[in-house]
Formats: sequence, structure tokens, C-alpha cells
Amino acid sequence: MIGEKVVVERQDFQKLFDALRQRGYQTVGPTVRQGAIVYDQIASVEALPIGWTDEQDGGTYRLKKRDDQALFGYVVGPHSWKKFLHPPLLSLWKAKKNGKGFEIVPDNSDPPQYAFIGVRSCELHAIAIQDRVFTNGKYVDPIYKARRERAFIVAVNCVQAGGTCFCLSMKTGPKAISGFDLALTEIIVDNGRHYFVVEVGTEQGASVLQKVPNKKAQPSDVANADERVQQATQQMGRHLDTTDIQDLLYRNLEHPRWDEVATRCLNCTNCTMVCPTCFCTTVEDVTDLTGQEAERVRKWDSCFTMDFSYVHGGSVRASPKARYRQWMTHKLASWIDQFGTSGCVGCGRCITWCPAAIDITEEVRAIRESELSKA
Amino acid sequence: MVLTLRPQTTPAVHIDPMMPTPFRVQRVRRETSDTFTLELEALAPAVRAFAPGQFNMVYLFGVGEVPISISGDPSRPEILVHTVRAVGPVTTAICKLKRGDILGVRGPFGSCWPVVEAAGNDIVVITGGVGLAPLRPAIYYVLAHRGEYGRVALLYGARTPGDMLYRKELEAWRGQFDLQVDVTVDAAKPDEWRGNVGVVTTLIPRAHFDPHHVTALVCGPEIMMRFTILELQKRGLRDDQIYISMERNMKCAIGFCGRCQYGPNFICKDGPVFRFDTVKAVFGKREI
Amino acid sequence: METLERLLSEHPFFKGLDPRYIQLIAGCAREVTFKAGEFIFREGDAASHFWLIRNGKISLEVFAPGRGPIMIETLSDSDVMGWSWAVPPYRKQYDARALELTRALEFDALCIRGKCEEEPRLGYELFKRFSQIIGQRLQATRMRLLDIYGTHA
Repeated sequence: MIGEKVVVERQDFQKLFDALRQRGYQTVGPTVRQGAIVYDQIASVEALPIGWTDEQDGGTYRLKKRDDQALFGYVVGPHSWKKFLHPPLLSLWKAKKNGKGFEIVPDNSDPPQYAFIGVRSCELHAIAIQDRVFTNGKYVDPIYKARRERAFIVAVNCVQAGGTCFCLSMKTGPKAISGFDLALTEIIVDNGRHYFVVEVGTEQGASVLQKVPNKKAQPSDVANADERVQQATQQMGRHLDTTDIQDLLYRNLEHPRWDEVATRCLNCTNCTMVCPTCFCTTVEDVTDLTGQEAERVRKWDSCFTMDFSYVHGGSVRASPKARYRQWMTHKLASWIDQFGTSGCVGCGRCITWCPAAIDITEEVRAIRESELSKA
Repeated sequence: MVLTLRPQTTPAVHIDPMMPTPFRVQRVRRETSDTFTLELEALAPAVRAFAPGQFNMVYLFGVGEVPISISGDPSRPEILVHTVRAVGPVTTAICKLKRGDILGVRGPFGSCWPVVEAAGNDIVVITGGVGLAPLRPAIYYVLAHRGEYGRVALLYGARTPGDMLYRKELEAWRGQFDLQVDVTVDAAKPDEWRGNVGVVTTLIPRAHFDPHHVTALVCGPEIMMRFTILELQKRGLRDDQIYISMERNMKCAIGFCGRCQYGPNFICKDGPVFRFDTVKAVFGKREI
Repeated sequence: METLERLLSEHPFFKGLDPRYIQLIAGCAREVTFKAGEFIFREGDAASHFWLIRNGKISLEVFAPGRGPIMIETLSDSDVMGWSWAVPPYRKQYDARALELTRALEFDALCIRGKCEEEPRLGYELFKRFSQIIGQRLQATRMRLLDIYGTHA
């Protein structure tokens, strides 16, 4: 069954939701809220951004109505699936004072069981990247691991690329190759037929699919699907040359371009919040007013804050330039040393959601070109 | 004799690495006006074995948690020793603890001084201020296996005689015939000090070691380490003979919060002890 | 004299100096011994000598009213002490006191300056060496200014 391709009609799509919910999954997917497409709990097809698309560019994001009723006719918004696998706010444990000492009460609640509906190829890669960070090293994050193991993934192949997308450059899309339970390609034909070519990725996926009316996909259906995904490769909004990127950045730590980008960067941390692979956190120990109860809380944090690099006396990265440099060299260069892959999946979110429209692909280009002109 | 000192990171008991184990303060010793040494004993099963250079995350209920190097004797890990300098709210509160008070401890974490690998070499330990605290376990280890090493020298600098750590121990080591101990201070009053005055790097030209067969262990403020490395290089040491200990912001100590990154290295798991040639590319670079 | 010349030529400070110049300098030198506690010079004294410490320990001190004497540097075996002989107004800026029995070679600065006027090449060779000493002392002093062991909170 793995690798098998079937066709599911639009009118049966709700059954996918139902099948997942019947198995106890909390279905999570894209939905329109406050002018953006975000990821949240959704119980029905109707909650999807039906007939919407997004227009993205540097510092720009708009929703626009499509002239069809596509369920997945957009790319990615300000949220990523790390919101659910690596939660932004988490209580690690609570403790009570006990004489001179204290007693820790771990959080033993059941980890949530999510079904992600609408995961793009770049996002599959981002999840795989975070898998390496949290489960492949000396230590394993039990929170991430528990949620990740329980997650069911319905991927969606992009049939259009976004204004800031560059998954082609990062070799992370647009086609979903692996890491999913089911992968869909949405097809709307001129005569009105609206269906999905569904590829089975795992036994779990096959099992869920049994509850959804489907029939074997014809070669023409598959060809249709492939052709549409192929279209997306022609539409990439951005391009990043990754040739020798590690050494390029390592040998240019003092490049004047960093000073230049620092005049624009507000250190607002948007890029780190929207980036699907950024994982940095802070840990806070808090207590109630009586001092009898304490809690350890983990929260998303960003390398763009002053606190992030604080050692007694001051912050190591006090200047905005140093913080931008840290983010970009980590994402594109040091990440490779640390985890064996790039940290960037080419989703373009950092470009779209930067209020100053700073473009990571442009920054790399500027440094690379300055070397060529010197040569 | 098989020396099996490796960084201990896999707990024998399954403990969540983010949960501290309670330890009780058995003894507090005042080292200087703002630095105290605490001896602790575990109140629950915990990993105590450690390698010299490793650190713990030390938690004070309701106040916070900080990384502190382990300063005790690695052959007697049942007594956990931490030397703490009051530089912020958590460390200041820790320095006020008394016998019987309880702390939380997670660890040990990090890489260690290459005391095992250095067997057969001369050893030169160069440190200043509180930097002696993470090196003391290495010195204990070397002295306990004295026959494995050639010449051993300890060079220590402090601001004033009143700012020196482990004063009595230094004097005892000085009295040993098989160990060179040279101490210097930045300034002193003649009636309270009969030793050297000047920066610790001035002691390096006179330290007794063979540059071709020596391992240098360096720990202290970054500026001090920078100039020390220059002096060692002048004496002919290669970059792979020098080991340093680095420090950055830390919250988790297990490579997840991302804060301790130093170039591509996580100081909590790739360090804090680094062989100098592995960090040379970023060492001394501003704001890295 | 012959022994003095040998001592000088073996000392790292004079390494590479033409034997003829060694001879000239030796003519201005003599061996001295300071007892523990003895002052070698005081702040304000004419800088009429410099020394090559053979063994022992000397402390450079400044006396501050209300604070008493403060040791700012100690010099010992093989160190060169005294560079103000080469720089006008040729006055000592610190006190120097032997902390233990110290043996040194003492050089008459007037004699040396005279010989340097006659043989400028000798002057240049000494300048090269003494400028290094001044540079090292300056760097060491600057490092102490940084107060690297302080908390700087």
C-alpha cells in the first residue's frame, strides 16, 4: 500500500477529517484569521481557506480571493508546525517548598495527538530538521519526541510557488518526497471536477485512507498532478545560491555588508518567530508571591534579544549587527556543522514577515558578489 | 593503570535532564569578599561522578538557575564542591546559603580537561581570578597521578592577595617539591604580600616546561586567555597543545536553548573545555 | 672584567650584541648585592643607573598618602630594571626595594650615555632592546588597567 496513489473526490474530503478525529487525533490545519492564513485546530473542510490565495513579497503579505474554490491554493503563512511540536510556552515542572527543601511535581499530562493537514514539502524538511535537533543528539527533548511520534502528517504538494519561496534552491520542494503519512496534490479541472491525487506514505496513512472513499489513480491523474507540481518550480519568487555557502559566510564574518544590514534590521525577532526551524528558547524560574510554589517555564526566545547572549557584565552580542550576523550564519552555515543539513528550507517567511523587508537571499548574494568583484 | 575519566553524561538513573535533584549544603567556606565554596551532598539518587572541567546547573528554589563549574576532587565525587562568585541575583543568593540549606543540581554537563590524554607530557596550568575553580579538579587529578606526568606548573593571577581562591591549598601545593607554583597579583601592599606583582602572563617565560611535550590548561577572563595564548605561542606551543574553557549564557545545558553557541560550537556540549585550534577561527572575534 | 663580559654576552638581553660593544658596556658595569629590605632607589632620584637582576626579587612601589606603599610590579631573575635613564628628564618614578637578597649587575647610566654618543651604533642596539622592555611593561600595565578579574556588572 505504501507508495500507492489513489484519487479522492473533493466532496469526500471531509471524511478524511472525520477518520482522523475518530482515531483521536486533534486535526490542525490552515485557516483564515485576521487577514492571514494561520495554523489552528480545525474540525471541518469548511474551516480551510477555501478560495483564498496569498500574495507575498519582502515585508508584504496579502490575502486575495481566487477565482476557484481550491482548498490549498496558497503557500505558507506566519505560523509553522513548530507551534505544535515545539510549543511556544510550556510548563516544564512545578515545585513546592518542603521545609528547607523542595519537591518537584513533573507534568504528567498526556501529550497531544495531532494530525497536521496541509504540510508543504518545505515544512516536511523543517520538521525533519527539528527532528535532528531534538531527537538525534546526546540528549532527547521528551516533549518534542512525544508529540512528534504521535503526529499524523497529511502533506500537500504545492502547485504554485509563493512570492518569497525558494525551496528549489534549498532542495526542499516543491514535491513532498518523504516524511508524510499521506501526500495530496489538489487538481481542479476546467470542467469543474475537483479532486486530489493522494500518495500513501506509511501504513498508518493507508489505514486512515481506508475510511475515505477513494479509487486507484489513473496514470493520467498522476501525470496531471506531477505537471502541476512541476509548474511550481517555474514560479519561485527567490533564489539562493548555496555553492560553498559555509565557507563563504565563515570567511566573511567582518564583511561590511553586516554593518549595512544592521542599519535596516530592527532586531524585532519576527524572522525567528516565523522561521519553521528556529528553535531557541529561554527557561524561566518563577515563583508565587508567597515563595512557597515555583515553576519552571520554557518559552520561545530569539537570538535577536539582548538577554540571549548575556553574561555577567553585559551581552556578548550587544550590537544589532552582531545579532543579525549570528542568525544568518547559524541558519546557513554553522547549522551544517551542528546538524549535517542547512537550517534553511527556503520557505521565504523571514522575507515576507520582516518589517524592513530584509531578504536573506539578497544578503547572501551581496556578500558573494562583492567577492567576485574583488577577484 | 587504566584511567577512565570521560565526561559523564548518561545518567545511570533515568532523570529528566531539566529536573534538578536536591542537594544539601554541608559546609560553606568564604574564599574572598564575594566568593564562597559550598560542599554539597545529594539527598536523592543522582549522578555524582564527574570529569574535571565539567559543570552543573545549580538551582535555588524560586530564584533561578546558573551554570557553575565543579571544583571538587574527582576521586571523591560524593562531596559535590562548587565555588560561586556573587555576580547576579542567583549567585548572590547562593552565596548567602548556610549549612542545611537545600539547592537543586542538574548535571554534570560538558567536556573535560584532557588530563588522561596528557599523560606523558609536562602540564602547565595558567589561570586567574575565579578561573582556578574549574581547574582545581584537574590539578587534584594530576597530583593524584603525579607519576604519569613530567613537570607540572601552576601559574595563578589575582587582583589582590585578598582575591585569591584556595589560599591555603596553594601554599600547600607550593610546598610540594614536585610542583612549581607561581602566583602573582595586580597590586598589593608590601606588608601583606611577599610574592610577585604583575600580570599572570609575566610568569610564563619563567615556567618550567618543555614546549615540545607540554599540555597547557588555561582558564580565566577571555582577555587573560588571549594574552596567555600569545605568550605560550611565543614559547613554542602549537595551538593543539593549548586547552581553554569558555563561558556564554546558558539556560538548558543540553544543547536545546541555543544560547551558548560560540561559532558552530555549543559550549554546553562541545565545551566548555576546548582545544584551542578547534575554536581559533572565532576566538577573539568581536561579538561572536 | 673578563668575567663580566662573559656574563653579559650570555645574558638573553644582550644576545647578538657585537663583542666590542659588550666590552664597552662592561666598562660601565659592576656587580652589586642588595640586602632584603634595602631600597635600591627612591622616587625622584636621578636615573643614573640601570640593573640586570641576576637572582633575587625587587618590588617597584608607589607610596600614596593614606594608603601606604603599594607594590605595582615585582622583577626577578634575568629581568632588566630601569629604563628612565634613557628618557629625559632622567628621574626615577617609583621606589625600588629588594624583597630578598638580590644580586645584580649595575650599569652607570652616565657612562653608558657617554659611550652611546661616541658610538651611535651602540646607542641604536641599546635602544632596540630597551624599547622592547618599555613596550612589555606598557602592555602589562594596560592589562592590569582592564581589571580583568573585576565583575563589571
